[in-house]
Amino acid sequence: MSWMINVLIIPFIVLGIVVNSLGVISLFRFKDVYMRMHGATKCSTLGTIFCALAVIVYSIMQLGAGGGVRFVVLIIHIVLALFGLLIGNSTSAHVLSRAAYRSGILPKMAVIDEYAEFCKKELEAEHAEAEAKNEEVE
Amino acid sequence: MTFARSLFCFAAAWLGVLAFGSVLRMIQGPTDADRAVALDTMNSLVIAIMILLSAAFDSILLVDLAIVYGGLSFVATMYLGRYIERRSR
Repeated sequence: MSWMINVLIIPFIVLGIVVNSLGVISLFRFKDVYMRMHGATKCSTLGTIFCALAVIVYSIMQLGAGGGVRFVVLIIHIVLALFGLLIGNSTSAHVLSRAAYRSGILPKMAVIDEYAEFCKKELEAEHAEAEAKNEEVE
Repeated sequence: MTFARSLFCFAAAWLGVLAFGSVLRMIQGPTDADRAVALDTMNSLVIAIMILLSAAFDSILLVDLAIVYGGLSFVATMYLGRYIERRSR
């Protein structure tokens, strides 16, 4: 079973390291919050997936060598952690970009900005609601 | 078997260096959103390190810690986004 080390584990580890390094390099090379978010979130998610795949292949190899039940438990827990990471990372990137736009940071190199009109409409609706509430109180 | 474990240790050390790099961005970042993005990157790097070390040191406890850490970092990022959004108005 030791051929699996060379065929699967080393490429997965190398891919995970390279993609994670690209993500952190993009934190330093890009100019804007949105560009940094674009680089860092995608790359760190994909790199973590590759690292977890390497560990899963290692556990399957240990199972083949007579490792016992604990490697099945390890695989199940790693898959659970991976699901949590996938859902959490994408949602938190969404929330952070929304918060960054609404806190007044505009994208530097963008040509067209369609979210501004939507934000304006939403703000007007909120103001109308607040005024209606004030009138009720009075 | 020992070779794969040392490989996992090497990868975990490399990812630790990368996490330190994202901490540098967190110190340097011009706006608060930059710092939040760097914190998010560091969280997923720490989860990857925990998964790798659980295979290297042969303990399932570290993967459980990674699951809990992922949930807590998710909630923390949600509140950071809320804070950044609310403070500017």
